Amino acid sequence: MSVFRDVTQAVPVAVFKLSQDFNNDQDPNKVNLGVGAYRTDEGLPWVLPVVKKVEKVIAHDDRLNHEYLPILGLPQFRSSASAIALGAGSAAVREDRVGAVQCLGGTGALRIGAEFLRRFHDGSNNTQTPVYVSAPTWENHNAVFASAGFEDVRSYKYWDAQNRGLDLAGFLGDLETCPEHSIFVLHACAHNPTGTDPTQEQWMKVAEVMMRRRLFVFFDSAYQGFASGDLDKDAWAIRYFVSMGFEMFCAQSFSKNFGLYNERVGNLTIVARDPDNLQRVLSQMEKIVRTTWSNPPSQGARLVAITLSDPALFEDWKANVKTMADRVLLMRAQLQAKLQALGTPGTWGHITQQIGMFSFTGLNPQQVEFMVKERHVYLMASGRINMCGLTTKNIDYVAQSIHATVTSVQ
Amino acid sequence: MSIFSEVPQAPPVAVFKLTADFREDSHPQKVNLGVGAYRTDECQPWVLPVVKKVERLIVEDSSLNHEYLPILGLPEFRSASSKVALGDDSPAIKENRVGAVQALGGTGALRIGGEFLRRWYNGTNNTATPIYVSAPTWENHNAVFADAGFKDIRPYHYWDGAKKGLDISGLLDDLEKAPEASVFVLHACAHNPTGTDPTQDEWKQIAEVMKRRNLFVFFDSAYQGFASGSLDKDAWAIRYFVSEGFELFVAQSFSKNFGLYNERVGNLTVVAKDNENLTRILSQMEKIVRTTWSNPPSQGARIVSKTLNCPELFAEWKGNVKTMADRVLLMRDQLKAKLQALGTPGTWDHITQQIGMFSFTGLNPKQVEYMIKEKHVYLMASGRIKCVV
Repeated sequence: MSVFRDVTQAVPVAVFKLSQDFNNDQDPNKVNLGVGAYRTDEGLPWVLPVVKKVEKVIAHDDRLNHEYLPILGLPQFRSSASAIALGAGSAAVREDRVGAVQCLGGTGALRIGAEFLRRFHDGSNNTQTPVYVSAPTWENHNAVFASAGFEDVRSYKYWDAQNRGLDLAGFLGDLETCPEHSIFVLHACAHNPTGTDPTQEQWMKVAEVMMRRRLFVFFDSAYQGFASGDLDKDAWAIRYFVSMGFEMFCAQSFSKNFGLYNERVGNLTIVARDPDNLQRVLSQMEKIVRTTWSNPPSQGARLVAITLSDPALFEDWKANVKTMADRVLLMRAQLQAKLQALGTPGTWGHITQQIGMFSFTGLNPQQVEFMVKERHVYLMASGRINMCGLTTKNIDYVAQSIHATVTSVQ
Repeated sequence: MSIFSEVPQAPPVAVFKLTADFREDSHPQKVNLGVGAYRTDECQPWVLPVVKKVERLIVEDSSLNHEYLPILGLPEFRSASSKVALGDDSPAIKENRVGAVQALGGTGALRIGGEFLRRWYNGTNNTATPIYVSAPTWENHNAVFADAGFKDIRPYHYWDGAKKGLDISGLLDDLEKAPEASVFVLHACAHNPTGTDPTQDEWKQIAEVMKRRNLFVFFDSAYQGFASGSLDKDAWAIRYFVSEGFELFVAQSFSKNFGLYNERVGNLTVVAKDNENLTRILSQMEKIVRTTWSNPPSQGARIVSKTLNCPELFAEWKGNVKTMADRVLLMRDQLKAKLQALGTPGTWDHITQQIGMFSFTGLNPKQVEYMIKEKHVYLMASGRIKCVV
């Protein structure tokens, strides 16, 4: 008899199950609007030209070896990654009160940050401290904070389904009524899954309440540069909060904007009041990292560090990022135009108003099922589509599919 | 005032602090016998020739991209790695009851395995299940299992300081007395820090008690190939336990035997009773991985996978591993010979009897302090030295 006989079968992660079903589908018209990775207009993955270039430089550099990185990661990666988020002229960086932990993608940065907060944020046992994630949010947020030991993960109002936009009043209401010292996970830009971000004025209101009520700011920044095509524009909210004097965390991912999904390149940026507090925080981060992965993987971090630190390569990278962002914007514009041309019932302005990789179509679960089963267009049950899955070749079929769905399924 | 004002300063990790102190030391004859990374006879890090070769193959391969790996990792890496541990003709593999989770080095493999056991091993809440680690053991074992949620981590007798060898009767006694279903972390070979492994007969005795008392076997295998120079020889204990019908975990690290320290290449091999149990286990492993690192890094796994799955590269790798193991053996011989030639008081046979990267010199803390401060020879407070500098 197995010592594991009582282990239950876990439910597969939805987004990967969707891709699996897509792969098994034989229909020639099938389209995958599920998983969040960039695709070219040929529907293929894209290794950024600057990445290919720097990989070759690394492979031929005989000065490099494979000795352990420091526990907190490659120093040049950490500082250049934080500078990308906070801006080259960041006062906080100049004041030596910004530190970082190189992590395994955005997930790893969130997890390490969460583990730290559970141990240290408000007293030495934060298992009961509420953690607020947006309604809706990335499907893994809840579980990451729960695994870090938080027992009270709640949602804050965010998406207004009726008006297909931000429920600012609800959001601010939750900020006003939550327990003091609660932790809020904010999407820095290109909100996943809704694609709907607060305006600058709205961010200012959010910041005012959070400062007054002593709420902890934990930014999740997975799409910097990818959302608008402009690194600085996409980091406005982060920089505003820093300028307002918040101590905060920012979990950065380079999966999307460098297309380095599988090398797990992430950075947990920490902004503290002063260097002394920062040092103590980083010393505890080391302890947490040491029992999780000991020290982080080198390849992706080297690549990003070299790229960000070399002016010519940095320009190459920004251009590659703009290529991706521009294609997404084009697909948004075209999808909206085609739906309007078809006279598809409903309003479709949100497709171009939303930003980043994802769009919340507004399709309900029955309509989603119809799309998948009858039209072989794969999207998340929430109605979320990945704009990167659209190409000039499949966009007509997708528009027609949405039209057919909306007109035949209520 | 800072919200972090109550955060205390954590003490640095000893082995890295030692290296930091070493770096700051300007003495011309300083020697670092601390952190466990291989050095050539020129005292330099060594990128294995096969690794350099494969890295260039990978970078020239335009069919490769950077799409997410599956949550459990690169399939051909996982299967090749498990095969290295269990053997090419492993019946357990043929019976489809061996699976694996690509993990972040040996640390990551231990942590994921620990997280799984705490949730699922003996009932659904194992926070009170005792975890036994050897006395002494790798300095991070305790903390990894504590952070996985285990509250009762205990030592089992291992090192006999008086005889400078294995305290087999103490070990067996602990096995007899441990609560049933306790988890034991066993070093597959090249015990860290003592360099002292059980003999085959002693392993057989250990296995007999563990089977009878229903104790869980969690192997830590960080030095396969590196210890004796032979992959099969170094995996004997793992394979013996598998052949005895144990369900077990093996946390494998490719940091040392591939010299890929900083790419974090590890594998948690899972041996279950049958495929059905294995499938359920792996599904729960996915949930644990998803909230830790989502999916693992590609580069190191690709290098190892390509090497293990290609006969010529595999042979070349084994040659590189033997190079490292042989140099360690040579240094052991020479160190012992020189101490004997100097007439240094004490017995020094343990230096050549011990195996792997480390040797437990037997120096006490005051002697260690003298070595560092007066002689600028850096070693761990336990008296552990690294045999290749």
